[in-house]
Amino acid sequence: MPALGAAVEVDGLVVRYGDRVAVDGLSISAVAGEVLALLGPNGAGKTSTVEVLEGYRPRAGGQVRVLGLDPAADHARLAPRVGVMLQRGGVYPTMPAGEVLRLFARFYADPDDPAALLDRVGLAERAATPWRRLSGGEQQRLSLALALVGRPEVVFLDEPTAGVDPAGRIDIRGVVAGLRDAGACVLLTTHELDEAARLADRIAIVDHGRLVAEGTPASLVASGGQRVRFSAPPGIDVAALGATLGGAVRDAGSGDYVAEVAPTPAALAALTGWLAERDLPLADLRTTDRLEDVFLRLTGEAGP
Amino acid sequence: MSRPASTGKLLAAQSAAEVRMTLRRGESVLLTLLIPVGLLVFFSLVDVLPEPPGTRRPADFLTPGVIALAVMSTAMVGLGIATGFERQYGVLKRLAATPLRRPVLLAAKTLAILAVEVVQVAVLVGVGLALGWSPGLCPAQALGAVVLATVGFAGLGLLMAGALRAEVTLAAANGLYLLLLLLGGMVFPLSKLPGGVRAVARALPSGALSDALHGALGTGLGVPGRAWVVLAAWAVAAPVAAAVTFRWE
Repeated sequence: MPALGAAVEVDGLVVRYGDRVAVDGLSISAVAGEVLALLGPNGAGKTSTVEVLEGYRPRAGGQVRVLGLDPAADHARLAPRVGVMLQRGGVYPTMPAGEVLRLFARFYADPDDPAALLDRVGLAERAATPWRRLSGGEQQRLSLALALVGRPEVVFLDEPTAGVDPAGRIDIRGVVAGLRDAGACVLLTTHELDEAARLADRIAIVDHGRLVAEGTPASLVASGGQRVRFSAPPGIDVAALGATLGGAVRDAGSGDYVAEVAPTPAALAALTGWLAERDLPLADLRTTDRLEDVFLRLTGEAGP
Repeated sequence: MSRPASTGKLLAAQSAAEVRMTLRRGESVLLTLLIPVGLLVFFSLVDVLPEPPGTRRPADFLTPGVIALAVMSTAMVGLGIATGFERQYGVLKRLAATPLRRPVLLAAKTLAILAVEVVQVAVLVGVGLALGWSPGLCPAQALGAVVLATVGFAGLGLLMAGALRAEVTLAAANGLYLLLLLLGGMVFPLSKLPGGVRAVARALPSGALSDALHGALGTGLGVPGRAWVVLAAWAVAAPVAAAVTFRWE
């Protein structure tokens, strides 16, 4: 169910390319002042979803609304209110960064100040550099600035941090946080867990075109159930250890193990005692999932 | 609520940007100005090409023909190549997400072409006069023919840009440019072509435009009716074909 007053609503969206189903009944929504990350492996249907919301792509089924309007039918009314960052390209190769931002600013009645915006994304020094001479990360930052120059109410960012160096990522995080604080609704895609957790208020994990989990980074981590993860030398006797702990122990490869037991002090004492008896070293003992563990389990990319 | 700029401001911003980009590209300055001026000067001073009987000076024949060539360069080749690369680089896709609506983008490109043509005509008229051209005087007819031809050539350029890969458009537009130059009666008269080829050449927009401009600006006898018909037909057919086949992504 789409939330009441949602800035972006997707209900049962289906996108097909010929026989292939790219998005398979996806439902998500986001409100003003919220950053929602669509997180999923490559080919999960993230870009297809965003391109439907941007009005580029037809849908084969379901309902979508952006600011209460149909992105395809009401495109002309939505375009001034929506900011778009494509996954790549989209800029005249020979046009200097400052000039292209000033050009885009002139498409809006009340744009942001191009010079100040260029500074916010860390490109003030590169204003005179043509797009094609910018590095990949600088091109991403300029694309972000272009998405924001019209002071949009809804912003779609497709892989905003892809190819961006750590300093650039910090700039982009700051800009996204500023958008949220200004009351914009931001929907971004990423296949990077850390970026999703750092950028977003909520994460929707998507796989094979379906929503597999949704929540705040903390709630997703907490949803994983109770288990103990640890590292020890490869090839320990997991059956014997499991018997001692009273729960199955799986070998996750490369010396990583998962014990399906509640992480009580007694269970941890039993684990460390068992290893101590065999003089086995213990490393990386964890009683909580990381977002990575949740993601990998839900998307079946690898391991548990 | 974020609002779009007025249509007038959109048009002004985008057409100024289109003109700046055209003038900034070295290859488009070469194509739109240096080659036409070079051909006009060279063949006026080095009289190796045939002219129609009764022509007083080579510039009398060459100036209208080279103006036709310049129009074709800008409206077909320059527009086609630039638009093809804009499509390939995702610029057209990105612009579609801004308040710049497609009709305004097309109008901006048209205005930019006309602005470049004004510069071309001014330069070529000046060079032609310096080379002894005594112009025929039907400027209104010349203007009408140039506008019609611009629409037809732009349609051909966009037809290539919207259907072919950018590199193929680049090659095709340059190839077509050379073909239409040779079959266009621009630097030597169509009467020198064999009969069958001549009939084809007169049905092409290049041949029709040079016929029209020779009539309006060379002999002063006016634009032949056949040239009007051919130019009008291309001005309708080429843009329609482009609109039907154009893929924005």
